[in-house]
Amino acid sequence: MRADTERKVRKFIEDNFLFREDRAAIDDGESLIDAGLIDSTGVLELVAFLEGEFGLRMADAEIVPENLDSIRAIVRYVESKDAVAA
Amino acid sequence: MRVEQFLRDSAQRFGDKVALVIGDARVTYRELDRASDRLAGALAARGIVRGDRVIVFMDNCREAVIAIFAALKAGAVFSPINPSTKADKLAYVINHCGARALITQDKLRAVASAALADAPSIALTVVAGAREPILSNAVSFEAALAADGAPPVSPGIDLDLAMLIYTSGSTGFPKGVMMTHQNVVAAATSITTYLENTADDVILNVLPISFDYGLYQVLMAVKVGATLVLEQSFAFPQKIFAKMKAERVTGLPLVPTMAAIILQMRDLQPNDFPHLRYITNTAAALPPAHIARLQALFPSARLYSMYGVTECKRCTYLPPQELARRPGSVGIAIPGTEAYVVDEHGARVAPGVVGELVIRGAHVMKGYWNDPEATARALRPGAFAWEKVLHTGDLFRADADGFLYFVARKDDIIKTRGEKVSPKEVENALYALPGIREAAVVGVPDPVLGLALKAVVAADPRAKLTAHDVIRHCARHLEDFMVPKLVEFRDALPKTESGKISRRLVAADSLEPAA
Repeated sequence: MRADTERKVRKFIEDNFLFREDRAAIDDGESLIDAGLIDSTGVLELVAFLEGEFGLRMADAEIVPENLDSIRAIVRYVESKDAVAA
Repeated sequence: MRVEQFLRDSAQRFGDKVALVIGDARVTYRELDRASDRLAGALAARGIVRGDRVIVFMDNCREAVIAIFAALKAGAVFSPINPSTKADKLAYVINHCGARALITQDKLRAVASAALADAPSIALTVVAGAREPILSNAVSFEAALAADGAPPVSPGIDLDLAMLIYTSGSTGFPKGVMMTHQNVVAAATSITTYLENTADDVILNVLPISFDYGLYQVLMAVKVGATLVLEQSFAFPQKIFAKMKAERVTGLPLVPTMAAIILQMRDLQPNDFPHLRYITNTAAALPPAHIARLQALFPSARLYSMYGVTECKRCTYLPPQELARRPGSVGIAIPGTEAYVVDEHGARVAPGVVGELVIRGAHVMKGYWNDPEATARALRPGAFAWEKVLHTGDLFRADADGFLYFVARKDDIIKTRGEKVSPKEVENALYALPGIREAAVVGVPDPVLGLALKAVVAADPRAKLTAHDVIRHCARHLEDFMVPKLVEFRDALPKTESGKISRRLVAADSLEPAA
């Protein structure tokens, strides 16, 4: 389950953000903002993806770097929502 | 009056007051004044003299604010450059204005270093936060501040240039807007007058200070002795709102994209920000529905719809009490200036007639650096023989009471995310991608961006280019806001009778909204 979540999140980031940069990969813990991969409209796209893909509804208070600023943080956040829903 | 006097006066009046809040750091007016004195001393000691151009290539950080005032105190002319600028464009700007110094920061060292290889005019590079080894021949920003330098006693007069602001030109090459100290003081005085700014204001700025709207938040806050909360981005609005509450922010400058993001939030409540006194919007008009919803969310705040061009900083503002009656208007000339609509002969037209907006005032630029032809097109003789007025290149009309309405641009410049993009500049980058035979860049309506950039290209099928390939190529050669969001491949692009690719015909075929 976790591996599946991580695969989907990583694919989305790579398909939508990473390809813009002059680099081949991103570490799980790397800050997407500091790396220049996402900006304010990128965050909107990321939220729309997570809500559509994982059936979540993100409250404003959840749209924070602690939940969204690295692949690891995103996976942890999605898994925590799954745990609540289960 | 010169611009650095804003800082000297505020340091004199409010020495211990917080001038800047950046992350967890607070900088007082006295500290900002002293730090910029020292950096100015370091610049002067290393040969920077009156009139030299100094590039400030930094993000929204404390050091950028110090660098701007230090350059002015040294008698130099600063030019702020967007931190997402790539090396070839940075080198172009440096060479275009013959800059003598570059002030940057460690995270931008790779781009700076690549640009410096092609920029022989740079005699001094200053790097903030540098890890060892710093760029060759560079000076550490921190070491420069530690030395007890002092700026020259007489850096110049207020007719000297204060700054060069590079803005997109329809030719595809950016133009350097020349602003004297007098121009900047006139614009800052006019704007702070109608916004009724005082030392009690706390202004939160997330706009890049390389962009004149963001830059003026710094200059105007310092002018009135207000506190400026400087943030890097609007990526996480919740963080910004928490900061607004904690710092009791009174002023919030927006562009329409930020307003659209705010209005997508679900849990904001009216009266969450009782201290907020005003919101400003510029770059493009807000849709009337957004105006109504912003007013409902921020009932304590007056909303100013404004309009400007880099060439005079700000043209018009709508007094907030007029907003309900004329939500589509960007108002009247800012205090102490004139704004009017003319026909192709320069004669004023009647209300309701569409013509070009012309601006007259002490805030109008002196011209474009080293570009007399473009300057002659923008600054033209006005009603009086002894002066020139600014032709904005924007089509406007006025209502019967003289309130102004934006109609369209005369050229092909596209406004996206609040920034001006020359389609030609993006097309030039596209043509550098092997396999691209024809390219046109157009704006398509987007609910958040205003207009989203769309690249319409005809490619050699053997190159097997994908949309990702095209966007990646652009991202490596252009600033972030110039990178197309959408790519469409066609066999051929529509041409005019003379065989030139027609952006207008391309756009007519591309009107479906962005995904």
